[in-house]
Amino acid sequence: MSILGNRVLRTEDGRFLRGAGQYVENLPLDGALTVTFVRSPLAHARVNGIDASAAEALPNVQVLTGADVDMPPFGPPPFPGLDAAMGRPVMVTDTVRFVGEIVAVVLSEGRAAGADAAELVAVDYDPLPVVIGPSRAAKDEVLLFPNVGTNLAAVGGAPERDETFFDGCDVVVSGTITSQRMAACPLEPRSAAAEVGADGRLTAWLSTQTPHQDRAVLAGMLGLDPADVHVIAPDVGGGFGSKMVSVEELLVAWLARRTGRPVRWTETRSESMVALNHGRGQELTFTIGSDREGKVGAFRLEILADVGAYPGLGAFLPNLTGLMSSGVYAFPAIETSSRAYVTNTTPIAAFRGAGRPEATQAVERAMDVLAAELQLDPAELRRRNFIPRDAFPYTTASHGAYDSGDYEGALDLALRSADYDDLRAQQRSRREEGGPKQLGIGISTYVEITNGIAEKEFGEVEITPDGGAILRTGSFSHGQGHETTFAMIAAEQLGLPLEKITVVKGDTDLVAAGTGTYGSKSLQIGGSAARLASEEVVEHARQLTADYLEAAASDIVLDPALGAFYPAGSPAQALTWAELAARAAEDGKLDELKVVHEFTAPPSFPFGAHVAVVEVDVETAQVELLRLVAVDDAGTLINPLVAEGQVHGGVATGVSQALYEQVAYDEDGTPLTSTFLGYAFPSAADLPSWEVVEMVTPTPLNPLGAKGIGESGTIGSTPAVQSAVIDALAPFGVRHVEMPANGENVFRALQEAKEA
Amino acid sequence: MTRISLTVNGESHEAEVEPRTLLVYFLREQLGLKGTNVGCDTSSCGACTVLVDGESVKSCNQLAVQADGCEVTTIEGLAGGGGLHPVQQAFHEKHALQCGYCTPGFVMASVSLLTENPNPSEEEIRQALEGNLCRCTGYHNIVEAVQAAARAGA
Repeated sequence: MSILGNRVLRTEDGRFLRGAGQYVENLPLDGALTVTFVRSPLAHARVNGIDASAAEALPNVQVLTGADVDMPPFGPPPFPGLDAAMGRPVMVTDTVRFVGEIVAVVLSEGRAAGADAAELVAVDYDPLPVVIGPSRAAKDEVLLFPNVGTNLAAVGGAPERDETFFDGCDVVVSGTITSQRMAACPLEPRSAAAEVGADGRLTAWLSTQTPHQDRAVLAGMLGLDPADVHVIAPDVGGGFGSKMVSVEELLVAWLARRTGRPVRWTETRSESMVALNHGRGQELTFTIGSDREGKVGAFRLEILADVGAYPGLGAFLPNLTGLMSSGVYAFPAIETSSRAYVTNTTPIAAFRGAGRPEATQAVERAMDVLAAELQLDPAELRRRNFIPRDAFPYTTASHGAYDSGDYEGALDLALRSADYDDLRAQQRSRREEGGPKQLGIGISTYVEITNGIAEKEFGEVEITPDGGAILRTGSFSHGQGHETTFAMIAAEQLGLPLEKITVVKGDTDLVAAGTGTYGSKSLQIGGSAARLASEEVVEHARQLTADYLEAAASDIVLDPALGAFYPAGSPAQALTWAELAARAAEDGKLDELKVVHEFTAPPSFPFGAHVAVVEVDVETAQVELLRLVAVDDAGTLINPLVAEGQVHGGVATGVSQALYEQVAYDEDGTPLTSTFLGYAFPSAADLPSWEVVEMVTPTPLNPLGAKGIGESGTIGSTPAVQSAVIDALAPFGVRHVEMPANGENVFRALQEAKEA
Repeated sequence: MTRISLTVNGESHEAEVEPRTLLVYFLREQLGLKGTNVGCDTSSCGACTVLVDGESVKSCNQLAVQADGCEVTTIEGLAGGGGLHPVQQAFHEKHALQCGYCTPGFVMASVSLLTENPNPSEEEIRQALEGNLCRCTGYHNIVEAVQAAARAGA
């Protein structure tokens, strides 16, 4: 019986349950100096000077500033059109551009001494005018980079509007939504440690999602041969797109080389909330035109993106938003354009969904607004526009090359599971009763892109002398359960029990290559590489068995139940993996049972449908999410238990964008959400249980049939919940509620509707 | 420096601590018990939850000197020998952990809850765990794990 598709309990759980997780901060690293960063309290200022004498008067304290750093600016990344003059200094020398930017670094013996010393570093600032929000930045009244002459960091899509774009449409509606800035909030804040060994090699322990890419960045920035850099990502307490090498990790590695001592740094939460890259931060203006029956003829999406103080990944993400703007619909014509601006805020990069939630939020809102205009049920309008299930592979007008899907099937399943007709009946009776607590129902149908830039992933399988196997993967796991799921894939192919497979990851000396984990790509490329490497090892083992048994390799079969090879029909001659490995080891042939496979494939497109039910108290403006039904189709599931866990976490984040979270700044660029007291990270008391409904449509793009599942729940849930809140308030004249749809924004929407 | 004596996971300790030392850093850095994690600096996230005299306490929100004379239990001391406490076992079976960073705190808070209320409703579980944050699981399986542990008589 196949192990694949079973709810196998995670083999990595034990160490976490016992408090033995090997997070970077838990490494002993004897004699390490503690790194404490001095960060700017001002959003935009000139730095006239830094007086560290009082800090350095403390015992064993050393302070370094930007003038000491001999690294080039970090970024911008090599995306077309980005101006190199907007590169981020690893440590500020003359101008700070956001609250939290590093102006000095303290080395001390221990954490408390570092905090004491950092408070004594006196920085002389001249405040400069501040610009917050991309619309204001677009005016170019306050420039972050005067030598560049504009705050515009990147443009994409159509250079100008086609004024005849909606000419054939009977009905045209438009609107603007904000996909608000969010903080990734991995529960483990970032942590890094570094040491130069006696052989001169640099070892860096990083809380990261991308150890191999980080090795390349560290080597490049420090002017080292990558072979002289060893990156280890031990256990990592969540990432959500935010954890990859940045200026802090660069400085930790640089300080280890400069001091010749091991050094370590762990950020505080209030540091993390301003210094770790944020996500989202787009204003999306949609225009949608259809005929009188609701068949859409043209869709336009204009994206205004905030990239924070320095353009990084956030300058690229609007392209992904544009690519996915068609959603699940067969729109014949799409026009997208994007403009991304620098502002005096924390830089924007990836956060769970990264560019795709924004696309889904825009197109789903557009469909709801169009449905309201046409007085059609939002489910019915969607049905009239879905890409049909027999149309795949399908290329959208926004150039998405979709592999497989059944969008109407997903919607049907979600509506049936939620009992949509009954929900609408309940809603009608609540409205007729006229009480303060009104029901709202929202639906969302979505498609997303995983392995979005068609990356290649490394897999290696090696049979050990005792007949077990080591699987080395370039994918990383910071909570996703690869130690179990990837072992299941190898176990299935090799006919070995799970406990005989050891998964090795996250160490650039132990795993030859890798890209890491982000964009929901691990299983489809890393898992496929593991599968194909395992298959090839089996082929080699058949050959070796044939040699030993003096039989033809084509006659040798692997009996997966026994984990043994024998000529077909002659099980008496069987060689088990242990016997074969022992003999191969004796003959110096064990290397033949070691195979590397690197797998690449085009992006895949998971999809689904979500239904949200909310209760809104129109007197107190309080919103309660009652139900969230989620159909998320990510192709073949290797371990449904782990996949469901990914959906649960994803949905919680998507719901939280709709109802709770928002990174906020005041006019001076001071963060208002720089702790977990100010930032509305939801607890168990704020969320319901999730109703997850399984649907499986395999992809033809990889041997597993698997797509990505890490971000689907986030992408699908937000528009459903936002829509449900608006739906609850529709009888009161409310047409839109900004996210997060918390008491304040619901109250505002109700007040505006009353005044209108 | 102040001298304190306390029992941690059944073992008695005497130690010199700086008066400003938080209990969590005393446990982690002076006793080497690294299972108790630090996830925030505002006593919001609960990653550092331990039991002090049987009740759940956020160990980032208490000074080590306040634990003088107390009995402290951390995640390392919850189960005897190499086994798992029924709450740990339920977290495993219900897939109530992903990255594992918040897990020790959730387990300790859940143990405390079940001591006070052996048969909590879903609503009571959600309210009781309001002081612990998780970014990975969406809480669904954590709630199920606590229910399962309650059924198992944890």
